[in-house]
Amino acid sequence: MTRVFISRDSTALSLGAEQVAKALAQQASSKNLSVEIVRNGSRGLFWLETLVEVETSQGRVAYGPVQAEDVASLLDAGLLEGKQHPLYLGNIEEIAYFKNQNRLTFARVGLTDPVNIDDYLAHDGYRGLKNALALHATEIVKQVTDSGLRGRGGAAFPTGIKWNTVLNAPADQKYIVCNADEGDSGTFSDRMIMEGDPFVLIEGMTIAGLAVGATQGYIYLRVEYPHAKIALNQAIEAAYKNGYLGENIQGSGKTFHLEVRSGAGAYICGEETSLLESLEGKRGLVRFKPPLPAIVGLFGKPTIVNNVISLASIPVILDKGGEYYKNYGMGRSRGTLPLQLAGNIKHPGLFEVAFGMTLRELLYDYGGGSASGRPIRAVQVGGPLGAYLHEGQFDTPLDYEAFAAISAVLGHGGIVVHDDTVNMADMARYAMEFCVEESCGKCTPCRIGSTRGVEVIDRIVDGVQKDKNTVLLRDLCDTMTYGSLCAMGGMTPFPVLSALNHFPEDFGLEAAKA
Amino acid sequence: MQDYQTQKPTVLEILDTHQAMPGNLLPILHGIQDTLGYIPPAAVVDIAKSLNLSQAEVHGVISFYHYFRETPPGEHTIRICRAESCQAMNGKALETHAKQQLGIDFHETTADGIFSLEPVYCLGNCACSPSITIDDEVIGRVTTEKFDRLLATYKGAK
Ligand SMILES: Cc1cc2nc3c(=O)[nH]c(=O)nc-3n(C[C@H](O)[C@H](O)[C@H](O)COP(=O)(O)O)c2cc1C
Ligand code: SF4
Ligand code: FES
Repeated sequence: MTRVFISRDSTALSLGAEQVAKALAQQASSKNLSVEIVRNGSRGLFWLETLVEVETSQGRVAYGPVQAEDVASLLDAGLLEGKQHPLYLGNIEEIAYFKNQNRLTFARVGLTDPVNIDDYLAHDGYRGLKNALALHATEIVKQVTDSGLRGRGGAAFPTGIKWNTVLNAPADQKYIVCNADEGDSGTFSDRMIMEGDPFVLIEGMTIAGLAVGATQGYIYLRVEYPHAKIALNQAIEAAYKNGYLGENIQGSGKTFHLEVRSGAGAYICGEETSLLESLEGKRGLVRFKPPLPAIVGLFGKPTIVNNVISLASIPVILDKGGEYYKNYGMGRSRGTLPLQLAGNIKHPGLFEVAFGMTLRELLYDYGGGSASGRPIRAVQVGGPLGAYLHEGQFDTPLDYEAFAAISAVLGHGGIVVHDDTVNMADMARYAMEFCVEESCGKCTPCRIGSTRGVEVIDRIVDGVQKDKNTVLLRDLCDTMTYGSLCAMGGMTPFPVLSALNHFPEDFGLEAAKA
Repeated sequence: MQDYQTQKPTVLEILDTHQAMPGNLLPILHGIQDTLGYIPPAAVVDIAKSLNLSQAEVHGVISFYHYFRETPPGEHTIRICRAESCQAMNGKALETHAKQQLGIDFHETTADGIFSLEPVYCLGNCACSPSITIDDEVIGRVTTEKFDRLLATYKGAK
């Protein structure tokens, strides 16, 4: 029996992975070849998907990008023995794009069968939980604090401090909520973990439960991710069956229950308090803070709200220790960040690396430049509320503070590349339009200001009282920045002002001085 | 449009199975939309009664979320991503083309009832932009030609 790996990841499926798997199964059976097709996650080298990996006596051999039509010639050439073929790639882990990553959180993604708990255990799964079960709650929290992990969902708040607050909040019931709303354009790392290694998220949430004394967890998953929902539910079922969820986890006497809840297509429900409202069955209106969700959270109880990647980074920290994790990174940005290369880029994909690499290295050495072959002109980092960077800023290291210093954000690590055909006034207008569409409506600067913003940008572009309207746009951005309750209204000025400042010529204004 | 009396038992059953669940309104709405294809406006009365909420509150929740709909969709729902990464790869041209080919705007259904068109803001498939979904299938690197081929396939498979 030869094991062949073909991804079940959404992006691989979007390029025809299902058809490749079907063709292989059919043709192998008609040739009486004994093949077991494992549906793994994706290695994240998306320009090579559909990737087909074969387990041979010389190790795993990869072929890609494979289409269903290629299957016959691959089998003829000796696919199952790892023989040569025009699509032969050799060991995928030796390709520079993969080899030069620091895969801590994504260690298993693409390697294992995502919903097979034995495979998870065979690849160091549940070692973090095992350690956590032997520790006192305060010691678990200390490991997380020592790791220097900061929330990967956007605000980069120290995870250890948040956990400590919930730990010290006395209550009869506490909750762990995983923010799997991942609404930012250009981001897909949460999705890839949930589809490619759901157990690591389940393990991370279980450890969080032990750390603060919470017995119930919810994964708030955006409805746009149906494949992630299937994988999560399959893994949760397996974890229950094998005594890793439920009552008396691994004979420890500890309890943790976990459930997936679907969102309904509202970007604002990624904001943590709006998410909690939604989980309670209400409209996703943002709540005033304080009180913090750590004190008064879901159903009024102390609640940890963490991003998928934050929680999925916990098992390796509890397995190898906070110090081990902290040794990656620079300054106050510790550990690794799974970056997501998207948009107009030749080699799009997931790139997990320690903080500190520059954007330029990533865009050119690994990303291979633009997909269109034209010059890269603007890069938006950190989702729709992130600033647009220009060529002169590409040497900025990927580090929370270095980005803050240039009025930009790393956010969730999404990188969207635009070539020189982009019109930045259009992008600025879109940022305002997005805010109109997605504002929760609670406060005026965001709800009304964004609508006015669209109009003012239109007037500038149409040449109506250009200078006066440019001043007005800046004023409006100021009001939104300082007068909004949450970062939706508060950060929409980032993409707008960066577009205006770096690319004024697209607004019909005088070019920026270099 | 279907008569609510024929749909009512389904709604009541969904309400019943979610009775004890904390924060059950969204799961209930999903349950109804998953089975009926939309949330019949008449169902709001039953939902409100069962959850001890006002009808206005229930309606407020339905209308807050982009995903919920109160009219029946076409046989296939096409969602086109409008977000930045897809724009960087000619998503806007695809959007224009799709509207033209289908002869409808966003939030509309074709006269033959086969396709509904909805905008979506990121499908997490940004590595292969531009992206669309047809029902639950995600499709990446969609050119206008590929879009036309897909339409033909789905029309044929009607
Ligand atoms: C408009 C808006 C959208 C957000 N969307 C997300 C999201 O999709 N996923 C996420 O993890 N955090 C999102 N956040 C950040 C959350 O509010 C919160 O900071 C985060 O979930 C905390 O988890 P972390 O500390 O692990 O990052 C968003 C914030 C705002 C203001
Ligand atoms: S800034 Fe916008 S999204 Fe945030 S609370 Fe105010 S209205 Fe709601
Ligand atoms: S921006 Fe279109 S799929 Fe993400």
